[in-house]
Amino acid sequence: MLHVENLSKRIGDFALHGINFDVPNGGYFVLLGASGAGKTVLLEMLAGIESCDDGRIRWNDEDITHARIQHRGFSLVYQDQALFPHLSVRANIAYGLRARGMRGHTTQNRFRALARETGVEALLDRMPETLSGGEAQRVALARALAVEPRCLLLDEPIAALDTHARGHMRALLRGLNRQGHTIIHVTHDYEEAISLATHVGVMERGTVVQTGTPEEIFHHPRSEFVARFIGIRNVYKGRLLAAEPEGTPKFTTGNRSFAVLTDASPGPGSLIVRSEDITVSLTRNDTSAQNTFRGIVKDIAPARLGVEVTVEIGVEATAWITNESLRRLQLRLGSEVWTSFKASAARFIEE
Amino acid sequence: MNNSRKIAIRTEPLYLLFTFLGGAALLFIVAPLMGMALKTSGAELVQTARDAEVQRSIFLTLWTSMVATAIMAAGAIPLAYLLARKEFPLKHLVTSLIDLPIVIPHSAAGIAILGFVAGDSVIGAAGKRMGIHFVGGAAGIMAAMAFVSLPFLINAARDGFHAVPERLEKAALGLGATPARVFFTISVPLAWRAILSGLILMWARGLSEFGAVAVVAYHPIIAPVLIYERFGAFGLKYARPISVLFIGVCLIFFIAARLLSRRQYHASR
Repeated sequence: MLHVENLSKRIGDFALHGINFDVPNGGYFVLLGASGAGKTVLLEMLAGIESCDDGRIRWNDEDITHARIQHRGFSLVYQDQALFPHLSVRANIAYGLRARGMRGHTTQNRFRALARETGVEALLDRMPETLSGGEAQRVALARALAVEPRCLLLDEPIAALDTHARGHMRALLRGLNRQGHTIIHVTHDYEEAISLATHVGVMERGTVVQTGTPEEIFHHPRSEFVARFIGIRNVYKGRLLAAEPEGTPKFTTGNRSFAVLTDASPGPGSLIVRSEDITVSLTRNDTSAQNTFRGIVKDIAPARLGVEVTVEIGVEATAWITNESLRRLQLRLGSEVWTSFKASAARFIEE
Repeated sequence: MNNSRKIAIRTEPLYLLFTFLGGAALLFIVAPLMGMALKTSGAELVQTARDAEVQRSIFLTLWTSMVATAIMAAGAIPLAYLLARKEFPLKHLVTSLIDLPIVIPHSAAGIAILGFVAGDSVIGAAGKRMGIHFVGGAAGIMAAMAFVSLPFLINAARDGFHAVPERLEKAALGLGATPARVFFTISVPLAWRAILSGLILMWARGLSEFGAVAVVAYHPIIAPVLIYERFGAFGLKYARPISVLFIGVCLIFFIAARLLSRRQYHASR
């Protein structure tokens, strides 16, 4: 378990302060935050590249707050990969091994296995400047993994990649996590959190304002910042089923099933529906929307503009409506209503 | 893009004016050198090249400037790295001090060096005990050359280190490399082109120094001092062949060093 307690650091006008979170061994912790929230500095503090002014970092029962970089066992992958431009891919990956004096047969075997695992075997004699974004990211990952870290720190590892490479990188990261690697991944993209995280933390102005499972964070944002930053309330973990002939694919979560317009392959994943795409009515309307359900109003909360109405339809669905609609429909807690959204408004994110 | 630039230069009056003014400035550099070279006959050059005093002075100038550059690089390169990477008290003052030798008259620099290395100074006395004679010796020549040329290496190397993304050094540290290993395997190789360029500039500047060297060590005589001496004693006609010869030798070394640095740069990419 990685235990971060009251970590703080001041750099010029910017300060990280009171940072607390835990990551269980083998967990995948995604830190969500806007640019300038201090995510990279936090990773550098965990890696030991930057010192902290105050607070503690513990790995299991060991205090590693002031441990030397080499003894921490953390490996950081930068957003722009930071590959050494004057060294070949092979020398880049071997850099950490050489720095730690790791040589010999076992190390070579491990090197080959790692190159195979990260898909960089064919790239070993290339120079970094000739690599595509996805290739460079895989090389950076291989370089970080070569030193056998107990925790992998990733700074926006997917942001700069094209759609195709994103899918590959997600699959690779998920695979590494399944093998038992503990991963801390910082990003500004909530889709990455939904797709990969076992735990999520949200950073705002130099501190972590909320931590929890992805469901907890997305369904119950604890502050307006979190709500506005993640921007999405309706996230459901479940499974996409194969479409019937001539039919729309169905996504099931718990005992509820939604129609989804997608060409994704059947399998586990998450479904997201934006609050503004859900309509609330007192009667069932005959529209093109395939997802129409009867439910009970569980919560009515003012938003920056209008109100958010949460309806229990087997799962919780939050709709964003105007104050005028709230008055016209005379919605109250416990009101019986119909909610609907189109299959094309539901977005499936593969796991 | 290139085509449009060519057309613009031919048709735009401002660029035509710039071409004319630039050409005049270039001519100012080339014409005296060409004139001097053309006025010197092959026979004069061969005769000068056979002169033992000339050979000794050119050889002395070459090796003292190279050794001075090599010795001072050991301190200049680490200082350049500190200036590029670290914040420390009085950093601005240090940066200004480095450029001082460029702006002060070189004869004054020679006087300063002489006071520093003379036999009654701490350095001079220590040197004497070790058998090193600064005043009137090769060590003095090197000290004078180094003093006036050091800023070129420090500034070039500092800019070179500055251009190396700090993240690369952090990434190397993060992979478990010691700061020394990071310096030698990441920072220096990536700043190498600038460092090499600085070394060449420092060496070339040391090579051409007259004022400071003449004050500290008129003898043994280096080529620039010999040129001055022949001019003073025998006039322009006798100073010209050795000037042409010395410039030719310098150019050969300078071009070779530049080519080498370019090859090293391409090999490192």
